[in-house]
Amino acid sequence: MMGIAPLLTAEFEGEQLKLSAAGSWTAANAGELEALVDGVAREAPKVRSMSIDMGGVRGFDTFGAWLLERLTRLFSVAGSKAEIVGLPAHDRKLLDEMHGVNRDAVATPAHENKFVSALAALGRGATGSWRDLILFAEMFGALGTAAARVVMRPKDFRFTSAVNQLDRVAWQAVPIILLITFLIGAIISQQGIFHFRKFGAELYSVDLVGILVLREIGVLIVAIMVAGRSGSSYTAELGSMMMREEVDALRTMGFDPIEVLVLPRVLVLVIALPILTFLGSMAALYGGGLVAWLYGGMSPEIYLERLTQAISVTHFKVGMLKAPFMGLVIGIVACAEGLQVKGSAESLGLQTTASVVKSIFLVIVLDGLFAIFFASIGM
Amino acid sequence: MEEAPVIKVRDLVVGFGDHVVLDRLSLDVRKGEILGIVGTSGGGKSVLLRTIIGLLPKREGMIEVLGVNLDTASEEERRALERRWGILFQQGALFSSLTVRQNVQFPMRENLKLSDRMMDEMALAKLEMVGLGPRDADKFPSELSGGMTKRVALARALALDPEIVFLDEPTSGLDPISGGEFDGLIKTLQGTLGLTVFMVTHDLESLYTVCDRVAALADGRVVAIGPMPTMLESTHPWVQTYFQGKRGALLAERRVSQ
Repeated sequence: MMGIAPLLTAEFEGEQLKLSAAGSWTAANAGELEALVDGVAREAPKVRSMSIDMGGVRGFDTFGAWLLERLTRLFSVAGSKAEIVGLPAHDRKLLDEMHGVNRDAVATPAHENKFVSALAALGRGATGSWRDLILFAEMFGALGTAAARVVMRPKDFRFTSAVNQLDRVAWQAVPIILLITFLIGAIISQQGIFHFRKFGAELYSVDLVGILVLREIGVLIVAIMVAGRSGSSYTAELGSMMMREEVDALRTMGFDPIEVLVLPRVLVLVIALPILTFLGSMAALYGGGLVAWLYGGMSPEIYLERLTQAISVTHFKVGMLKAPFMGLVIGIVACAEGLQVKGSAESLGLQTTASVVKSIFLVIVLDGLFAIFFASIGM
Repeated sequence: MEEAPVIKVRDLVVGFGDHVVLDRLSLDVRKGEILGIVGTSGGGKSVLLRTIIGLLPKREGMIEVLGVNLDTASEEERRALERRWGILFQQGALFSSLTVRQNVQFPMRENLKLSDRMMDEMALAKLEMVGLGPRDADKFPSELSGGMTKRVALARALALDPEIVFLDEPTSGLDPISGGEFDGLIKTLQGTLGLTVFMVTHDLESLYTVCDRVAALADGRVVAIGPMPTMLESTHPWVQTYFQGKRGALLAERRVSQ
């Protein structure tokens, strides 16, 4: 179809350049045509006038039209006359359409100094994290006032929405939480037995499992799971509601989005996390016991006996006390990030990632702060 | 001088579950015309469009676009065909993480071998053709108004100089002035680029001003097709209510008196 006749042939006649075009001047040949046109245009200063015969052209579209326009433009800039002959009336219209195009020079952004842009990125990062902190505080405050309002008028609480969320966040999470914590408990027990066996202190692996699971691992694993599972879905839900202006719609109808959307969600997390932590801790202790029996040859009676000696209600309390606070942090971060989503799909993805990363980070920081706190009050 | 139709649909049946949306529908779209499709809401206009471009599966029937039968075409042929049509989706369907310029360049980048300079110039040329300036080129879709979104979507649909453009309610959600401008734009582009336009619309004004022919869908088939005068004379009850209803009649009167 193409390439039978060359797309563009040039011939000098004294100070005049005669071009004849053939073949299809269309998108498919645009790359080749561009090189030809630019090649011919380099001759522009050498000649006084140029004429191009388009008679042999069979296909002509906007790509061809623009290249023809570029060619004539380059010749007129160089001060030579440019003339087009043999262009059908219909294609002439297309060429006229191209005539006004790309006239304004587009300002290209000035090249930035690498050092300056690195410094700027650092500054943006620093102010960004400061802004995050303020955002978190704002959301915390808004949540507090919304909660106070709901306490004054309990009828306004979105009970149905909360129950629905509780089903999704707590009930439906139970199987996966049980499975993961069971495995974690089993692994800790196996490692404990394996290493303590070297100096005949296998029995202490029970202390290890009991204290570690109840104080730290149970609540941490559950919080991280919930941040990944429910925190991300909160951000995505609220984010897509932001994208489709549903949140704005709520606001214009006189509802407070914090009260309607955020409060039930955060409250549900605060309730769900202790429940899941309790279930998770029990599953971990069960997993630990099973491994102690099957791998360590420790009968369940001995395991339970040792467990009651090793742990106290204090350890249990320490773990359970932390859970609701972690739920609060996950909920606030997830909702605050969700409400930051802008119009694009990319921004939804970014905020969801940020939500999970930040809530896991904050959960671990919070755990550290609690460790210091409990140590200082002797728990 | 009857040319082969650009789009040929024969005995098309499309349904979801028990619900048959299109029932043995046949339709021809001629080269270079602007065909408007009207019909009740949920009456299968968009379904027809989406079936022709291959987004919905059909149960029976034959669809031929630009002489290519979509059932027998190989993967290669299909891809080649898809480069010869452009689609303007109802909500624009711009890629939200790309700028306007990148949206228009996307089909070019994937299908053509062009230098960056050429691609930039072509993107700006296409944007200028739909009435947008270089200043809009670096905006993101979320920063655009409804009318601008539709213009950018049209520029993207035209990126590869297609032979057919499918428009799904191009003027819905636009104010009458923007809608009118958009109609004018489609007409001009059809004139200069020699496009065939397949347009699903609810806008009576567009039907009168730009469409060469109108096809009315009712009960899953084409009940009337032809230029506007033919439609006004149709005896089908739905077509009569549509065009003779208060708003339709008002426009018809105005057209006649002009």
